[in-house]
Amino acid sequence: MSPRSFRAVYSPPVDRLEGLAKLTGRERYVDDLPLDEFLWGATVRSPAPRGRITDVRFGPGVDWSQFTIVDHRDIPGPNVIALIENDQPVLAAGSVRHVHEPVLLLAHPDREALRRAVAAVAISVAPEPAALDFRLPPAPEAIQYGSDNILKHLSISKGDVERALAAAPIVVEGTYETGAQEHVYLEPQGMIAQLDGDVLVLRGSMQCPYYVLKALRVALGRDERQLRVVQTPTGGGFGGKEEFPSTIALHTALLSLKSGKMVKMVYDRSEDMAATTKRHPALVRHRTGVATDGRLLAQDIAVIMDGGAYVTLSPVVLSRGIIHAAGPYACDHVRIDGRAMFTNAVPFGAFRGFGAPQTHFANERHMDRIAARLGLDPAELRRRNLLRDGQSTATGQVIHDGTDRVALLDRALSLAGYGAKRAAHASHNAASATTRRGIGIATFHHGAGFTGSGEVALASRLHVAGLPDGRVEVRSANIEMGQGTLTVFTALAAARLGLELSDVVIAEADTSRVPNSGPTVASRTAMVVGHLVELACDALRARVDLDASATGETVRNALRRWHEHHPGEDLVGEAVYQRPPGISWDDSTYRGDAYATFGWGAYVAEVEVDLRTWQTRVTDFVALQEVGHVLNECLARGQIQGGVAQAIGWALLEECRWRDGAMANAQLTNYLIPTSDDLPPIRVAFVENPYPLGAQGAKGLGELPMDGPAAAILNAVAAATGADPCTIPLTPERLMEIADWGLRIADSRGEGTAS
Amino acid sequence: MSGQSTIHNPQSAISITFTLNGSTISVEVDPAERLLDTLRYRLGLTGTKEGCGEGECGACTVYLDGLPVNSCLVPIYQVRGCQVETVESLDPAMLQPLLASGATQCGACTPGVAMTACWIREHRELLATHSIRELLAGNLCRCTGYDGIVDGIQTSLEVGA
Amino acid sequence: MKLLLPKSRGQALALLAATPDAVPMAGGTDLLVHWPLRTAEHDRTYLDLSPLSDLKGVRWEEGALVLGGLATYWDVIRDARAAQELPLLVEAARQVGAVQIQARGTWAGNIVNASPAADGVPVLMAYDAVVVLESVRGRVEVPLAEFYLGYKQMRRAADELIVAIRVPRRTYALQRFFKVGARRAQAIAKVGLAVTRSSAGWRVVAASMAPTIRRCPSLERLLEDGAAIRSPDDVLPALTRDVSPIDDIRSSATYRRQVMARVLYDAVRGS
Repeated sequence: MSPRSFRAVYSPPVDRLEGLAKLTGRERYVDDLPLDEFLWGATVRSPAPRGRITDVRFGPGVDWSQFTIVDHRDIPGPNVIALIENDQPVLAAGSVRHVHEPVLLLAHPDREALRRAVAAVAISVAPEPAALDFRLPPAPEAIQYGSDNILKHLSISKGDVERALAAAPIVVEGTYETGAQEHVYLEPQGMIAQLDGDVLVLRGSMQCPYYVLKALRVALGRDERQLRVVQTPTGGGFGGKEEFPSTIALHTALLSLKSGKMVKMVYDRSEDMAATTKRHPALVRHRTGVATDGRLLAQDIAVIMDGGAYVTLSPVVLSRGIIHAAGPYACDHVRIDGRAMFTNAVPFGAFRGFGAPQTHFANERHMDRIAARLGLDPAELRRRNLLRDGQSTATGQVIHDGTDRVALLDRALSLAGYGAKRAAHASHNAASATTRRGIGIATFHHGAGFTGSGEVALASRLHVAGLPDGRVEVRSANIEMGQGTLTVFTALAAARLGLELSDVVIAEADTSRVPNSGPTVASRTAMVVGHLVELACDALRARVDLDASATGETVRNALRRWHEHHPGEDLVGEAVYQRPPGISWDDSTYRGDAYATFGWGAYVAEVEVDLRTWQTRVTDFVALQEVGHVLNECLARGQIQGGVAQAIGWALLEECRWRDGAMANAQLTNYLIPTSDDLPPIRVAFVENPYPLGAQGAKGLGELPMDGPAAAILNAVAAATGADPCTIPLTPERLMEIADWGLRIADSRGEGTAS
Repeated sequence: MSGQSTIHNPQSAISITFTLNGSTISVEVDPAERLLDTLRYRLGLTGTKEGCGEGECGACTVYLDGLPVNSCLVPIYQVRGCQVETVESLDPAMLQPLLASGATQCGACTPGVAMTACWIREHRELLATHSIRELLAGNLCRCTGYDGIVDGIQTSLEVGA
Repeated sequence: MKLLLPKSRGQALALLAATPDAVPMAGGTDLLVHWPLRTAEHDRTYLDLSPLSDLKGVRWEEGALVLGGLATYWDVIRDARAAQELPLLVEAARQVGAVQIQARGTWAGNIVNASPAADGVPVLMAYDAVVVLESVRGRVEVPLAEFYLGYKQMRRAADELIVAIRVPRRTYALQRFFKVGARRAQAIAKVGLAVTRSSAGWRVVAASMAPTIRRCPSLERLLEDGAAIRSPDDVLPALTRDVSPIDDIRSSATYRRQVMARVLYDAVRGS
């Protein structure tokens, strides 16, 4: 692949193509589809975190003969949800490993009757010792995975950390903790299963139709030609609809196969919150050798994540987490040890950022701790250590993309008014009886696309078809869930072929019609798959003998003419992912180019802390990033603002409260995400440095905004209060514990509290 | 029957008459239904979404006698004789500023957001005492960070001034 | 489900007298939460209050603001005079849920739902509101401060309806309301505090600090006595006598106690 000219970029930007359908309520999600006769499906779940199922009792007052009832014996193939390791059963057989583990499935035409029936099933579990705290070594009787409950152990090594630490004039240590986070996609999980002849059709809310297809093929023991998976418009995913939909798809499928009827399952919010995946909780320890001038001499980092009761995606979440753990800094001696622990918690899974937000939080908070120790401005400490071109990351990946990361930081500081605000805060804090203000920063990076050789292994394929009427159809398995895939792919194809937007159709993500272009995850869709759209457009051009100069009617005519000469045939340009030149990764040593490219961020948060209530309010937020060429300013800005908002929630508000392995606050009343009134305007800016191998020069950007805000905010709280917060969410209760300052009041000077 | 109270017996449907998007309709419903259920599953008006069923997210916002309410918290029997308006009644032209500002991403909260946004636009006098962000706080959005929504409402106020 | 659909207040009271286990349904913002899942609730009898138009809205009388039994938060928010004369009512109303809840939720419903974290009750109590109950047996008036007997226990007989809430009109030297929630809108109070001072004396009312919303007699006495209060610590002993906060999924007892002391201190210092 050679760098190519950037032609016909659509700018001024295209409005979101399906936006008006969404605003008017015309867009139909899985629960909106008009269905003829169908059954509602429901799941009966484990009441206990671990134990043997001793009895399943169907209570009185329900006519059970009217229900379709499925248990593990109804599974035609192996009882596994195929993913990385096939350890998770579709339905528990004999024993359970976590609260809310699916045990039985029920279906009935009436939803109310179904709900009453679910409540009437009593599952008895003889409890066994559970592992519920991933931070502690497991008790011998709670070991359930290998000899130590370690689901995955990974490490990265560069230079000689022990020697460098021993020689370092200053060593700074710190321990940082992050909690589970619920996705709160506004559309809950939902799926419809139906037999169409001998083809079992699954329609539902999902990010990865081909993951669902594989899971169905394995557990149902069914040929792929007898399976079809169709994504319906998806009301948010954030990773929560990456692997989980395989579970609800299998459940719906089993009920449909057994009843012979169409079955729909839509989780209500409490079930969705209690029983589906969350962001992995993490504990990160840092031991850092620093020179007196602030240069990082050695980084020794240990990462522990809570994987929950099955492997799911924990190994790859851990992998991305440790690869990002040392931050965007140059350091010759780095050791990173990562472990994902088995516990009897509901399995943790993919969530925007995929492990990197946890480790970036720790590292960026730790940078401020180092700055405090040295008496250095946190910005200056970062300036001295940010990667320069030619320097290498922890895995030895040499960065040479031409982006000036110090200038990026300085521009962010300037946009935020960093210097002036620091001075203003100092005088405010000296005078105010009731509030403290502070400003904090974070600099960070996020690898775009799959890790290491992941993209090569995926070998994504994508088609652009020429239609008989002169339009083209993009056939990909990558889906729209709010991030703008439909709009971006349409604009990319139109630009590449010199067509109007109205000449481009995006095919429904239907596994019977679209090739496997990989999952819609990992900030890969616009950059990696978008580039495949361009290459498939080029292939289509070649198939109809058009050179690169042909546009508009010439192209449309060529497509029409081809079809006139080949009636009934399919005209397809195909692109297949190729390993970028000069990229190499060794999975056995964790050395090499972990990602084809990185996005870079420099974020600045300003906060005000109320001394009466310990409440922290973010009062200003500047998010500056370099993400290659920005394809659509409005969509890109929206991704950043939404990611920052989600990260502000994670930093300050969102806390899963656990009770015996179950989420005790599985309602939106008690698990709080930010409202419009809790957030400041989020000021977004981009530095553009086109990435030659991304679509029109784009890099991935969707996950980057999750990485920086939590540390920037806690750094601001530290600046405001002198406290040293290391755990998120930093609730007022937590801040009270670590910053028990008196309410400094002189009645003569106190600010009145207007009410 | 006029002037008499009604005692409705268990298990039987109840007949409800109300004005929906400007037209009077009568429907036989299960009295345990919520307005949201009747709209979505009985009348096929699926623009109104269910995000939580607990009055937190606002995805099910409709106007009841002119005020935005969570239709998941309205027992269907309480809309007898009321005016109900749903997202299907909105003029798409009024939504253009929200489209241009990036007010919608995944779209699941969006119909509720559009209802609140249009209500604010029609009741700009509220802005003397309330901020847009306060009036919008009953609509949770997980995608946009709200800036795109607030900007769109601001623009629609300027356009419509 | 059994439904009672009265057309007038008289009919409603008669139906309630005949069916004392009926649940009166006003705005539904508490009773309908998670409704589809609470199947046991579907088997109960409900008395629909929504047609009783004479219970709607607010009315200003010579000596009192009268909130009808179906008056909503939004009714008060949109009443310009309320913001002038009884501003805490407007402040509290604006912190109930968000507009969609304010439009439906009623003050009377907030009282009988009897949540220890209620948003509307503290300010009513700090204004010495009186609950007006009616049944076929007649009319009873109970000061709100004496209405609660224990957690979810109150001086309302099964056949009684709250038909009005009377809030006396007075001149206040000080009036403050604080709701400390985990976020700015749509939050259940972790700590609520309403403080007023008028010719009737000090009123200190705490929410989320005890099994019921309650006045704090020791704190009120401390303020009446004019004792020097130099820091939040100075109010803690009296506060500890008045309330007994707990740890729950929303907050901790320590946090609640500390924050109430601090916001109370902040409210009264210099007065």
